[in-house]
Amino acid sequence: MTDGSPAARVEGLGSAHTGTSHFFRQRVTAVALIPLAIWFAVSAFRLIGADRDAALAFLHAPINAILMALFVIAAVVHMALGLQMVIEDYAHGEGGKLVLLVLNKFFAWLVGAACVFALLKIAV
Amino acid sequence: MPEQAKSAKQRPLSPHMQIYRWPVTMATSIIHRATGMALSAGTLLVAWWLIATAMGDAQYDLFSTVARSPLGQLVLFGFVWSLAYHLLNGIRHLAWDVGYGFAVPTATRTGVLVFTLSIFVAIAVFVYAYAAKGVHL
Repeated sequence: MTDGSPAARVEGLGSAHTGTSHFFRQRVTAVALIPLAIWFAVSAFRLIGADRDAALAFLHAPINAILMALFVIAAVVHMALGLQMVIEDYAHGEGGKLVLLVLNKFFAWLVGAACVFALLKIAV
Repeated sequence: MPEQAKSAKQRPLSPHMQIYRWPVTMATSIIHRATGMALSAGTLLVAWWLIATAMGDAQYDLFSTVARSPLGQLVLFGFVWSLAYHLLNGIRHLAWDVGYGFAVPTATRTGVLVFTLSIFVAIAVFVYAYAAKGVHL
């Protein structure tokens, strides 16, 4: 029971042994996002037509700031894992695939950081 | 060796998607991925909303104006439906992960249920928003 020749491993072929972690993190974030996404949708709905002061007051409350940060973080982690699968399925050239996989991580971090920064600016 | 490389290049490929009939389970799977990708773009809207709220009245008003425009409403409807579908179908996936609902007739039934519910939720959200919140185009 080997995972292919040493040469194949050097070439990046065969299992990287990280599939279980990917699968599990995808499910953990999915479970977390069920209540968080529903909370986000209800909150966003209640803020329809609200002026900025009402939105600021909502996001200033610690419980809302914390839940919104958790929602954003769980969402971008779930997004990065999902988009990674899409890239791995459809990007065929190794070079282009690597570039897309790195850009995918950058995108998730950028969106997550921007949202958390905005929340800190409002809540602190 | 060269012969091996050649045969590797000429491996038979499975027929492309268009060849197959579209069973419900296949359609729901593809829509799950498509809505996931749409929601990834949707995170930019969430980020825009939060940043605009943090930055100032002018930025917040710009976001509100765009969100209320016909194009904004269309995009938001797509966002709401994608979220509803991905959430409901995600629960279906999680049920499969713990071993429930795998039988083909069951999977087909839950697939139709999830798709119908997602459309219903999206329309209900907008009807309620327009009626109760006085939001209009």
